[in-house]
This record gives sequence, C-alpha cells and structure tokens, in this order.
Amino acid sequence: MAASDTIRTAGASTRERAADYLLRRHRFRLAEALPWLIAIAIFFIFPTRMTFGSQVLVMIMFALSLDLILGYAGIVTLGHAAFFGIGAYTVGLAAARLQWTEPISGLFAAASTAGLVGFITGWFLLRYRGLTLLMLTLATAILLQETGNLRSDISGGYDGLPGLAFKPLLGLFDYDLYGHTYYLYALAALAIVFYLVRRIVYSPFGQALTGIRENVRRMHAIGSPVHWRLVTVYTIAAAIAGVAGALFTQTNAYVTLTVFDFDNSAKVMVMLILGGTGRLYGAFIGATVYMVLEDYFSKLSPTFWQFGIGLMLVVAVLFAPRGILGVFENIDKYFGERKRT
Amino acid sequence: MTAALQVEGLNRTFGALPVTRDVNLTLDRGARRALIGPNGAGKTTLVNLITGALKPHSGRVVLNGEDITLLSQANRARRGLARTFQINQLFRGLTVLENLCMTIGERDGHCNNLWRSAGAKREVIDEALGHLDSLRLTDDALKLVRELPYGRQRLVEIAISLAQKPRVLLLDEPAAGVPSSESHLILDVVAALDPDIAVLIIEHDMDVVFRFAREITVLVQGAVFTQGTPEAIMNNEQVRAVYLGEDSHRGARRGGHHG
Repeated sequence: MAASDTIRTAGASTRERAADYLLRRHRFRLAEALPWLIAIAIFFIFPTRMTFGSQVLVMIMFALSLDLILGYAGIVTLGHAAFFGIGAYTVGLAAARLQWTEPISGLFAAASTAGLVGFITGWFLLRYRGLTLLMLTLATAILLQETGNLRSDISGGYDGLPGLAFKPLLGLFDYDLYGHTYYLYALAALAIVFYLVRRIVYSPFGQALTGIRENVRRMHAIGSPVHWRLVTVYTIAAAIAGVAGALFTQTNAYVTLTVFDFDNSAKVMVMLILGGTGRLYGAFIGATVYMVLEDYFSKLSPTFWQFGIGLMLVVAVLFAPRGILGVFENIDKYFGERKRT
Repeated sequence: MTAALQVEGLNRTFGALPVTRDVNLTLDRGARRALIGPNGAGKTTLVNLITGALKPHSGRVVLNGEDITLLSQANRARRGLARTFQINQLFRGLTVLENLCMTIGERDGHCNNLWRSAGAKREVIDEALGHLDSLRLTDDALKLVRELPYGRQRLVEIAISLAQKPRVLLLDEPAAGVPSSESHLILDVVAALDPDIAVLIIEHDMDVVFRFAREITVLVQGAVFTQGTPEAIMNNEQVRAVYLGEDSHRGARRGGHHG
C-alpha cells in the first residue's frame, strides 16, 4: 500500500483492483496455516495434556458454529447449547441404549439430529429478532433439558450416561489413556468443519448473510428470501454444534444433562466475543484463551477461579471491544498507516 | 397496454388514524410521475404499501398485470419492483462494490450457492462495476459505504436500485439530506434513467418535480387530492391553496423561473 498504489487508483486500473479484490479475497493466506501448525505442535509439546487439548478443539468447533449465525448472520441466541446437547446425547444414547459405538458415523448422526432440530426450531423462531429471539432460544434449550430430565429412565438424567465406550477409530486406532487418538480425531474433524464453514462464509450465500446482518430492510428490498437464508444457516450451525457435542461425549466417555445448561450457551458466546465475531479465527483464539485461563485459574484457586474469568472479561470489554482479533487488526492498521505516511 | 403498476382502492390505518385512504394510482410503462404532498400526507406509507413493507387493509397492487397484493416484499422485488429509501438503507460495513454484487447476486439467484466463492463470477463483478461507472462511483468501489460522504451514499442507494434491473422504480426523496451543491449529481442520474422504467418519485423540491415529471399526483391526508400534468397542477387553485400555498409567495417570486 505505498503511494504508487494511490496513483494507480485512477481510471481503468481501479476497475482491475476492485475486481481483483473480490476475486482473491477468498484465497487461503499463509498466516491461516498458523493455528493448524500450532495445534500439531501442541500434540508433540504437551503429550500429557491431550484430553484438555481435545476439549479446547471441541469448544473451538462449537464457537465456530456460533460465529456462523452470530458473527455472520447477526442472529443473537442464548440457546446454542441446545444443539451441542442434542449432538452429545445422540451419540451418548446411541452408544448406551443401541450399542451403536462407531465414532465417525456417530458424528454424522449427531449432525443430522441437531440439524433437524435446528431446522424445525429455526423455522418458527427466526421470524423474531432481538430480545424475543434471545428468550425463545433460551427457552428451547431449557425445554430440551427438562424433556431429558422428565425421561431420566432414558437419558440418565443429571447423573448422565457414564462409562460410554466407543469402537476404535476406523477400526484401527484405539483410545489411549492420554487421549492422543482423540486429539488427532477432534483436530481432523475441526479441520473438515472449518473448511466447510470457510467455504460458506466466502460464498454468495455467506455474503447474503452478511447483508442480513448489515441491513435486513435492504435485503428484503432487493428480493432476498431472508427467512429462508436464516433458517438455512441456523440449520448448518446447529448441525456443526451437534458434531461438537458428539465429539464432547466421545472424548469424555460420558454425558450429563448439564450440556444443555444456560452456562454452556453463555460460555460459547463469551468465547466467541472474546476472540472476535465474524472473523472465523475469533473462535480459535477466544475458545483457546478462555479454556487455558479457566484451567489455569481453577488450579490456582479451586474456589475462586471464576473471579479470574470475570476480571478477564472486564478487561476484554474495556480494552478489546471487538475481541482479541480486533486488537490485532488495530495494531496492523496502525503500523500500516505509519508506513504509508 | 397493461400498466406497469396499478394501485386500486388502497387503504391502511395506523390504529384509528387513516394514513392511506382509497388511493388509486397508475404508472404506465416508462411513466415519470411525481408524488407530492405536505409532510405527513402518507407518501412514504404509500411506497411501503406498494413494495410490501406494509400490508394494506384493503385494495390491490398490480404489477405488470399480476396481482402482487399478497406477495412478500422480496417476491415483489424479484418481479421488478425496486425502491430507494428516504433514509439510506445500505450495507454500511461492506464496500460499495460488495453492495452492488450482493444486489446482483440476489437478483440472479447466485446467493443460493453455498459452495462457490463470491468473487468467482467475473460477470457479476463487471456488471457491478458497470453500474458504478455510470454513476461515477468507480473510484469509491473499494471504500466502505460508511466512509463515504452522505451524497455519495445516496448515489449508492440509487445504484443498488438500478442493479435490480427494475421495471418499476419508486424513488423516495432521492436528494434528501444532500447539500444543494451535490444534489444536481443525483438529479442528473434521475433524469437520465432508462426510458422503459416506470418511475414514481417523491420529491419536495418543486423545481425538480417540474423538471422531471410528466404527471403529478397530489396526496393530502392519505388520499389522492388530484392528479394531472405539471401545468394543470401548477394552475390548480386548490393545490396552490393546500400545498403550494405555504410557498405561494416564494412560488410567485420564482414564477418566471418555472415558466
């Protein structure tokens, strides 16, 4: 972005630059390899922390699914744990009641059930916006949780479904005590999901979601089927949250009704906002920072660890209102401008 | 010949207040009609009823012979009914070019695609740039809308409505909020619109109305007060009393200007 660029903005070259910008925007940049390299490095550096590592990857996937609806489409929900829970219970119940313990097909089953519930609830709820939607999504998660509680003979209630055992991955890799297999399994699943989400975000459909977030009145006026678009993305996000929930059950080998907790819905939103919404990688940074600090604080003080989380949130809201990625962007912009002048 | 747009017996109340009362209005193909009336006459409400942003309590809206009264806003838009807003409704956090590409994408159904990348269709980008070229917005193509001065944003508002390739275009005070030094840019664009498009323009500036319109509808308290050619409206004593009245001194002083 030197002065020569500014001069070239005149005339026909502006057209070229403008077209180039859209043609190139979706291409992978080198920096995007960084989170994956770090994830692989962690596998070798912290071989004894793989169970925790898997949980972080699960939460990244969960936050990523929320980013799709909150960050891109602007749907504010406090009930996203509903879909995480459905995914978690799909594989949990399948394993405990039906002896269906093959892990990968379990993920697909979880995606289907969570996606189906997302489609049905989304069809009804997405006519509303703002506080109404907030309450309705919250209520959905509570209803599901209480349904599970009502039929604790099936769900195991708040005692959950303990001691679930899953078949070896691809029939080859069994699970070791330190969860190395799980970590790589979760990482592979996250990589696939991330690729899907990234495609969607940069697709014309993804652009339309951004349009709905930016100005829904205009979207109606240019002929966009807004409700249909929202239901579609809500279904996809629900399916992904379901996969995250399924991975959660598989890596922990148990599941209880607390997966539907309001805490879980709120936590994933906090993670995403902490990292930065509508940026794909905000989910990676937010979930990692939150989980690592939570882990650290809870070891530091098993009784007062939430104080540390609270303090971190206050600092984040005061100094990084657009999330940690927002801070990086500001720094980047600052040096970019200094370089130009 | 079927009219491009026909409004029949349209009624709408807000609570006890009737804001649209038995409005009949016809736009022929290529029409240039101005909708004038005092503040609160229900002009914008009428546009909202025609586009489907509001539902009428009775009456019909017919677009190119098809009854669209029960269709959603989006379905009306896809049938060639476009509008601009009195207050900008733009994708402020996106670039000007993206605003246009979005419009074209929704118009042609590209936005149903979840897999291809948004920039992959070169012809969409070229068409978007073409629209920007014709409104001299090319240099702003990569700027975020919210970084543009208001007058430029007004042009983006019009560019979007043109990118919809409308057959009927409703312009709600296109030059509102624009300093007079820049408003001529917008009005030149309005004057140069494709002659096939039927245009309804809401405008307060009588100079613009008389320059642009071939027919005028006067709306007072939600009802059509009278309609006719600019000359007939100019010479209508009642119109002068209820509407131009407040301006009649100014109007008299500038009488020569209007011809």
